[in-house]
Amino acid sequence: MNVTASIRPHLVNGGKTVSDVTNDISRQVESAPTRLWWMAFGASLVLLGWGSYCLLTTWFVGIGVWGLNKTVGWAWDITNFVWWVGIGHAGTLISAVLLLFRQKWRMAINRSAEAMTIFAVLCAATFILAHMGRTWLAHWALPLGNTYGSLWVNFNSPLVWDVFAISTYLTVSLVFWYIGLIPDLATIRDRAQKPLSRFIYGLLAFGWNGGAKDWSRYESVSLILAGLSTPLVLSVHTIVSMDFATSLEPGWHTTIFPPYFVAGAIFSGFAMVQTLLLITRRVFKLEDYITVEHIDSMNKVIMVTGSVVGIAYITEFFIAWYSGVTYEQYAFTNRMFGPYWWAYWSMMSCNVISPQLFWSRKLRRNIATSFIISIVVNIGMWFERFVIIVSSLHRDYLPSSWAMFEPTMYDVGDYIFSFGLFFTLFFLFAKFLPVVNMAEIKGIIKGSSAPKEGQLKEAQPVQPATASN
Amino acid sequence: MEHGPKKYIIGVYADDDVVLQAVPQVRAQGIRIYEVYSPFPIHGIDPALGYKRSRLPIAAFMFGATGLTCAITLISLTMGSDWPLNVGGKPHVSVSMVPVVFEGTVLFAALGMVGSFFLASNLGPGSKKVIFDPRASDDKFIIAIEVDSNKKTPEEDIKQALRNTGAIEVYEKEVEV
Repeated sequence: MNVTASIRPHLVNGGKTVSDVTNDISRQVESAPTRLWWMAFGASLVLLGWGSYCLLTTWFVGIGVWGLNKTVGWAWDITNFVWWVGIGHAGTLISAVLLLFRQKWRMAINRSAEAMTIFAVLCAATFILAHMGRTWLAHWALPLGNTYGSLWVNFNSPLVWDVFAISTYLTVSLVFWYIGLIPDLATIRDRAQKPLSRFIYGLLAFGWNGGAKDWSRYESVSLILAGLSTPLVLSVHTIVSMDFATSLEPGWHTTIFPPYFVAGAIFSGFAMVQTLLLITRRVFKLEDYITVEHIDSMNKVIMVTGSVVGIAYITEFFIAWYSGVTYEQYAFTNRMFGPYWWAYWSMMSCNVISPQLFWSRKLRRNIATSFIISIVVNIGMWFERFVIIVSSLHRDYLPSSWAMFEPTMYDVGDYIFSFGLFFTLFFLFAKFLPVVNMAEIKGIIKGSSAPKEGQLKEAQPVQPATASN
Repeated sequence: MEHGPKKYIIGVYADDDVVLQAVPQVRAQGIRIYEVYSPFPIHGIDPALGYKRSRLPIAAFMFGATGLTCAITLISLTMGSDWPLNVGGKPHVSVSMVPVVFEGTVLFAALGMVGSFFLASNLGPGSKKVIFDPRASDDKFIIAIEVDSNKKTPEEDIKQALRNTGAIEVYEKEVEV
């Protein structure tokens, strides 16, 4: 029985049946990689290769290869770290928070968003490891009694909280993602023609056979994982923001940081998901599953979180003035009109102004605009972290030590490494695993699939005039 | 459980709503259903099959409580008694343990629950669960009925019951369980 209200837009177009879902999504896993895929994958390997050279140099020569100086002790490393962790928020947010809110449009996009989350957090981790300087001693951040005495890590430090928050987040996201993959891997296994792929997907599918008892457990596990991940996803960026907020640095020492960082994380994460989805739906011909409705919904989230971030920027500025603390006031005027003014205004225009275009329904539903803005937003969010970190540090309390930060080849190279890693992993994922959660989509086919003809009229009964895209 | 191949009667359905109605009808005739297999969860089939609610949420809570205890213990022992580190005169064991305790709770709850799920459902790499009909992971819904546990009902009646409730295909299969 169709219990979906007629006012709701359809989530799957093109009159798909359950079997169409299997065929459409499995196709890209089963067929040989296309030339386009090889080219994209090759390009990411090139980035990864050059980046690896730079990163290994950083590891073995030391972080002296970066452009840091004694005033600016954190720059691109932590900027990139916060940027990637922020991006890594969307996946779990989409699958967990939207599951709790019963937002069914998440179903077509949660798989790739979760994959993206895991890869983004891995990229973030490379900067954390690199910025430690002696990467091979990274385990010192864990509470292991060290060999020189019983000195433990300081659990009062936000940097230690970060270790726990990010490793827990990575683990739980990975588990959540994999649980969702199991039924789909079973589908691929059951369709496999070659013994090798049957064997590999058979191992990966964990023996899943779709029994009702297993589905019942699966659903209760998904729901609880969503419930656990929701506060988890909020805690991660809250804790990241505390790396700054608990310090006494003007520009960092603000109580607005936790919510402001979380909003920024959702903002940049959704933008990155949008970028990848727009490419994925085109390359794998999934326009019927990742529809304009999905893009529209994503853009709404981008617009709202962009505005929240904008309010946060302004509030922060107001509070700096209102506090009466001259150092705090200077930190903020220096951001706007100091030597890093270009970073500040790039951030403002990319993050606050550009998403306002999405008030227009037409632009929200326009593929090209969505794609461009999704990239602009992530550029803006990189600048946001750069502004917070470098522009706060570069002019400290002692004017004689004021300095500027200039990136070296290794700053750039390590950043490129993270792109190489991210895209290599994403392209591998997109080739070898189903990019859309087939089992979930099959469950909503009856209620939310548009019939082949007359779909637009039925899909948007409220505003039939503007729906002609 | 005894080993060796067992005979099953398999009913293939094309629609989840049909299966949902078929299950109580088949059970009403005194036929015991071995299991229903579907490509996606059929909501409402658990009560129809007589399944109780999963106890995994309780497992999650217990594991979470364990994680909470472990984290508090770890922090109190290391920071509070083993090596009380004075950092800016801040208290050794205080509210600042909340983030790590929270993460510990979530980590234990999530991993413990998922581990319990894999154990309870016998899932894992190399797990060989019976696949009665591979179409159950595509677009078909399968009702499997074990012949041995339905000795009272003649096989032909079981097949008829499946056909009457909308099965598009009914066949026998010998499976090593």
